Amino acid sequence: MTTIDLDTARTRLSDACAEVTDATPADAVDGVPAALVARPGSTEETAAVLRAAAAAGLTVVPRGRGTKLSWGRPPESADVVLDLSRMNRVLDHAAGDLIVDTQAGALLSDVQQTAGSAGQRLALDEPVAGGTVGGMLATNASGPGRVAVGTARDLLIGVTVVRADGVVAKAGGRVVKNVAGYDLGKLVIGSFGTLVVVTQAVFRLHPVPAARRFVTVPFGTPEDASRLVQSVVHAQVVPAAVEVEWRVDGAGTVGVLLEGTPAGVEARTTTTRRLLGAGADAAEAAPPGWGVLPWTDEPGSTGLKLTCALSGLAPVLTAARRAAEDAGVALTVRGSGGAGVLYASLGADASVEAVADVVARTRAVCTEHGGALVVVDGPPAVKSAVDVWGPVPAIDLMRRVKEQFDPERRLAPGRFVGGI
Amino acid sequence: MSGTHGTETTAGPVLGDTPPEATSATGEAGDNAAGIAAVGRVARALMPETGVIADPTQLRTYECDGLAHYRVTPALVVLPETTEQLAAVVKACSEHGVPFVARGSGTGLSGGALPRADGVLLVTSRMRTIREIRRADQRAIVEPGVINLDVTRAATPEGYYYAPDPSSQQICSIGGNLAENSGGAHCLKYGFTSNHVLGTELITPQGDVVSLGGLAPDSPGYDLLGTVVGSEGTLGIATTATVRLVRLPEEVRTLLVGFHTTDDAGAATSAIISAGVLPAAIEMMDALAIEAAEAAVHCNYPAGAGAVLVIELDGASAEVEHEYQLVERFCQENGSFELRLATDATERALIWRGRKSAFAAVGRISPDYIVQDGVIPRTALPEVLRAIAELSSSSGVRVANVFHAGDGNLHPLVLFDGEKEGATEAAEKVSGAILDLCITHGGAITGEHGVGVDKAAYMPKMFTDDDLDTMQLVRCAFDPGNISNPGKIFPTPRLCGEVPGKRKKAHPLVEAGLADAF
Repeated sequence: MTTIDLDTARTRLSDACAEVTDATPADAVDGVPAALVARPGSTEETAAVLRAAAAAGLTVVPRGRGTKLSWGRPPESADVVLDLSRMNRVLDHAAGDLIVDTQAGALLSDVQQTAGSAGQRLALDEPVAGGTVGGMLATNASGPGRVAVGTARDLLIGVTVVRADGVVAKAGGRVVKNVAGYDLGKLVIGSFGTLVVVTQAVFRLHPVPAARRFVTVPFGTPEDASRLVQSVVHAQVVPAAVEVEWRVDGAGTVGVLLEGTPAGVEARTTTTRRLLGAGADAAEAAPPGWGVLPWTDEPGSTGLKLTCALSGLAPVLTAARRAAEDAGVALTVRGSGGAGVLYASLGADASVEAVADVVARTRAVCTEHGGALVVVDGPPAVKSAVDVWGPVPAIDLMRRVKEQFDPERRLAPGRFVGGI
Repeated sequence: MSGTHGTETTAGPVLGDTPPEATSATGEAGDNAAGIAAVGRVARALMPETGVIADPTQLRTYECDGLAHYRVTPALVVLPETTEQLAAVVKACSEHGVPFVARGSGTGLSGGALPRADGVLLVTSRMRTIREIRRADQRAIVEPGVINLDVTRAATPEGYYYAPDPSSQQICSIGGNLAENSGGAHCLKYGFTSNHVLGTELITPQGDVVSLGGLAPDSPGYDLLGTVVGSEGTLGIATTATVRLVRLPEEVRTLLVGFHTTDDAGAATSAIISAGVLPAAIEMMDALAIEAAEAAVHCNYPAGAGAVLVIELDGASAEVEHEYQLVERFCQENGSFELRLATDATERALIWRGRKSAFAAVGRISPDYIVQDGVIPRTALPEVLRAIAELSSSSGVRVANVFHAGDGNLHPLVLFDGEKEGATEAAEKVSGAILDLCITHGGAITGEHGVGVDKAAYMPKMFTDDDLDTMQLVRCAFDPGNISNPGKIFPTPRLCGEVPGKRKKAHPLVEAGLADAF
């Protein structure tokens, strides 16, 4: 906060929003202390907070439940935490139209519960439990189910946002098919709160399948994993998920999720077991760790997201393991081999230099295979020492977008790619 | 379906040479002649003689896209063969402030590729190479002029296809699909172009080539690709597209179901969707549309039907069998009187021919027609159809209904005879009233045809000034000079402030000491 003192800032924000409190150490954003927390109860109040923040020259970091606030880079400053947890209502579930309209601060689990009452679901996994719709959108979180249905960009059909200057705007609507105007929803997905504040979202829903089955098979080498994944994706079994897990000791499992009607799943399970060969097992319950980010259970570890073309699976796995072994770092990989999106954790005891080395070497191979490597989460020392986001091809264009939406760099400055 | 589009493009209403209020969107002939000449010189230096067209007679062949009642002759047409040529011409346009419009096959139905009289039309029809079919990656990399159906043809030997299938798929281009975020009958289950384009090389309105997305999903940074797809050529020109290939399903079943009324057919549709069945397609045609299709392609639809549904189920065989049982039951429970299952590819093609030729077929029963593209929540279907019927009977304007029933995307065909006094105006009034109905029922003014020049005036009915202003922030980031397909989508352009790349020189007033820059 550079231009005004705390008391003045508090007064101005309080004029805009009924709930403004002093921040506590728990409100720090990825280690960056906040001064104030504003909890608006509506889109209008959110707009008023942003106008007040703009007038006072305050930086603002949007927050849902804070479950992924340490993802990305720490912001350069966080004068105001804009907490959306009061905007937690699922506004409308139009079951006949298979859509749900929700406030951004609603828990994803509440949305699922609402949709579930009509045998429907928002077909998005929740890799970190307890988060909000807004947080899911900001981080573009996804899980195993993306193979069949995709990610937030494939399901978000309407969005209401508040700009850094307090202007409220919406794009899209409440119908699944709509090409009127720019699709701003896609632009805000994965923008880490740096572009606008999302206050409301409308999603397409899917029916909950009547039956599901998990088929798993162990693998020994990255080449085996790739061969198994390829055999499933090129078959006609329509997998909902094709997961690869490669544990710290080098033991691996390929897991395939089949969803549909009981008879259909039964038949496809038989086919899938045949494809995966001897040792393939089928179960109704998810295997342990299914869809859980590999760094979840180890505080202090570094979490990576590795993407590649499907054909790059074996080279990327091999490169990551080799780099980790050379640097003496424990590596666990888990993710969607069927989508080319893997998550990895590097052990908490790894030195900053060792993590940097593994990141650089693995990133090179991901890039070579059409993808990228992002350091999603990790200890402050690691995140300040490594290039978290890596090179981004269209960065100039992205900067120009940021410049248009938030020329004063008010929203979560520095959290995103290229220091945006 | 062959030849469908030729009829469709010429059967639209004729409103005279210059459509009302179109000039601001299309520029004045003769403006910026020096700039056009300079761009022409750059283009001629780079490509063969046939790649640059300035002859007035030849230029006129490019005066419209699939929405033929808007016609503007471009000042220059360029047909590049490579990304480098295309980028160089765009750069020249940028340097000389010349507006440009990109065009693929010119099949769009909203005037999105309507040329500028003061600008250059960049036609991608010579960029038709399918560069790679990457089976292992389930991707294809194609040039923008590649025909939609050709991607599927190239991928089929590998067991794959390209899912988005607009009715014009035999002639429309991938670049045009990308610009318009094209849909098709099968997007109910498989989504739109935006769900199937994973990457593009984009030529920015400054002539720079940038890579957005790629073979892998979730590229770090803003999802500019997601914003570019469907931006109707206003954010630049895609010069390659990396698209998703979808595995061919184990089984496909295509059904033709006859109903006495559209209400019954609509109720059957709702029952199917509510039961959790997601067919690849559910298409509906009403009696007038059936009559037209019969006259045109003799598709042999059930006699006396007030409505037909074309339903396609695809996927793993065991799933399709189960879904088929459900669909059959829901149709019978809702009053179907005939259900035909295609037993081979020929029968399937015949069922689809009736549906896919519907727009063109209407030309057989009416000299002129307007195609609408509104969307409503599917549950509002019976109510909106009744309201359309009332509009039709009270105005005396016939309306044939053909639509994607599964996702509520209506294509009412408003029939009229432009030769008759007042008929055009009456048809346009009904057409506009139908869009109003869509908006008041919480829908959208376009589901797949785009806004273009045709519906720009309707955007303020769906969006506030702030909504449109916010969308145009993106426009300003990409195209501050407002030269990339200007006049489309937005009824009023936004002033973008400073133009990047032109900052080096101080404003003349500042230089002259008459003003200060803050």
